[in-house]
Amino acid sequence: MLHAEHVSFSYDARPVLHDIDVSVPTGGLVGVLGPNGSGKTTLLKLLAGLLPPATGHITLDDLDITAMDRRMLARRIAVVPQETELAFDYSVLEIVLMGRYPHLQTFELEGPADLEIARRTLAATGTAHLEQRTFRTLSGGEKQRVVMASALAQFERVPGASDGQDIAPDEDANPTRVLLLDEPTSSLDLSFQLATATLIAELNRTYRTTAVVCTHDLNFAAGLCRDLVLLRDGRVVASGPTDEVLTPDTIGAVYDVEADVHRHETTQHLTVVPLARL
Amino acid sequence: MREATATLPALHPVSAGDLRRRIWLVQVGFGALAVAACIGAPLVGPTTISLRQVFDTTIPFGQNVDAQIFFIARLPRAFAGALVGGSLAAAGVVLQALLRNPLATPFTLGVSAGASLGAMLVITLGVPLTLLGSAAVPVASFAGALGALAIVYFLATMRRQGLSTLVLLLAGVTLNSLFSAIILFVQYLADPSQTLQSVRWVMGNLDVGSYRPLVWALGPMGLAFVAFARLPRALNLLTLGADSAAVRGIDVLRTQRVAFLSASLATGAAVAVGGPIGFIGIIVPHLVRLLVGADHRLVLPASIGLGAAFLVVCDVAARTVLSPMELPVGVITAMLGGPFFLWLLVRNR
Repeated sequence: MLHAEHVSFSYDARPVLHDIDVSVPTGGLVGVLGPNGSGKTTLLKLLAGLLPPATGHITLDDLDITAMDRRMLARRIAVVPQETELAFDYSVLEIVLMGRYPHLQTFELEGPADLEIARRTLAATGTAHLEQRTFRTLSGGEKQRVVMASALAQFERVPGASDGQDIAPDEDANPTRVLLLDEPTSSLDLSFQLATATLIAELNRTYRTTAVVCTHDLNFAAGLCRDLVLLRDGRVVASGPTDEVLTPDTIGAVYDVEADVHRHETTQHLTVVPLARL
Repeated sequence: MREATATLPALHPVSAGDLRRRIWLVQVGFGALAVAACIGAPLVGPTTISLRQVFDTTIPFGQNVDAQIFFIARLPRAFAGALVGGSLAAAGVVLQALLRNPLATPFTLGVSAGASLGAMLVITLGVPLTLLGSAAVPVASFAGALGALAIVYFLATMRRQGLSTLVLLLAGVTLNSLFSAIILFVQYLADPSQTLQSVRWVMGNLDVGSYRPLVWALGPMGLAFVAFARLPRALNLLTLGADSAAVRGIDVLRTQRVAFLSASLATGAAVAVGGPIGFIGIIVPHLVRLLVGADHRLVLPASIGLGAAFLVVCDVAARTVLSPMELPVGVITAMLGGPFFLWLLVRNR
């Protein structure tokens, strides 16, 4: 379980998050929703261990992530940022192999097992055919999938190797591995949005990859996520199972928008139709 | 399907063993290139010498004129070119990755401007010359480089807990202008002969005269190269962005610090030896990327070898093209490198 407890954070003197409580169960699929400036991305950075909380704690399977070794944490928590821009022309395979960094010693080169893992994650994200392409020449949707493959490569352990043993003293057979996604659909067309949702759901189902998705897209979140956290002005307005949280009242409270929420006949997902600004 | 453009796809590693082999090939290949340049360069000059006689051990060194010309008169200069060229090329690679900007050069962050100011003050004021003898200019320029490094580093780290690459870039560029203005001011006040000497210094000159300056430079350069050896994979990840590198387990702040300090140290030492020789730090890394791809485990060693060989060859051109007159080597690097680089760009796009 990834758990943020009484977490607050400020940039310089500007407070961004106040007393946040969020828990992401192992194998969970949690959406973080909220208007611009509500603290979604900051929360994601805190959950990734990129920023230290000013107060409170963030724990991964009961271990404080600020006390964890960066490389150990990288084997358990990976991030797919909104956009990845490169200054140089790396191949897709090189990008995915960069996900193996936390498993390698200083001068160690990626071995056959790492290559195997990279190819497996490329296959899992449907990008195996892009392996030899230059990353910069890919479309936005392809880039995102490759970055996701690179993130997944962080989780994989080399079978029989000892590199997983020092992760945590109490490590069980199925530790929490969390994929944090920041606005995964913001630059994608409708078809790729759908493909991304399918991919995240599939990873969650097949590999028990825990996922936290920050998004503006209420319908994307409603269709994908089992639980939602609604933020406004750095505070949690509502959190819980999607069906309970996504109501006209909470949407009004978070976005100042009057909305109609109904269950879609075919998908059985909740669907949000914004009606007017309040 | 679109084809990959800038890099040659077939050269990307297709298997892990392949990467090991390619790193080995690059180290040996580009290393051999640098060694070949260092051996070949001293053979060229107004007096023709034979390589066979240089290494003929049956003739005592005292009577072997060819060996004396080779080892005493010309080899130090070739070594100077190799050390300066390799250092500037490596510093260029490291700073381009650190700043995530392919247009960064070893001189972007103000280190060379600091070095120039140091050298200029000594040349113009002339006073410390008597204190340190012929070493005064290199010592002063290295001190100036360290001063600039300290100022830029202090500015980039004083806000927040991290190292801001934006502030690094802005502080470096500003310091470059500021120091250039002070240099112009000092030159304006100096008498014409001193101005000529200082202008010559800025154009670059690898005529070190003996091995001693190189031995001195080896200290900071060696330190920088030890740091460079550990950097390549972290630099690969840094080009994804600081956050993406950090979530993959990189200690970003430490990597940035090591990258900045080692690249600046190498640049400072290189400029102290040869003056601010331009273009090596940008053309060599780009040329190398076209040849071997973007992986810094290949780019860094290849750039060191090619930078060394390139500057040694340029220096041979500098002292032979208009012989007996000698051209400033910085002019040659730009005149040879510029058009070639442009041709490569056009050919590959």
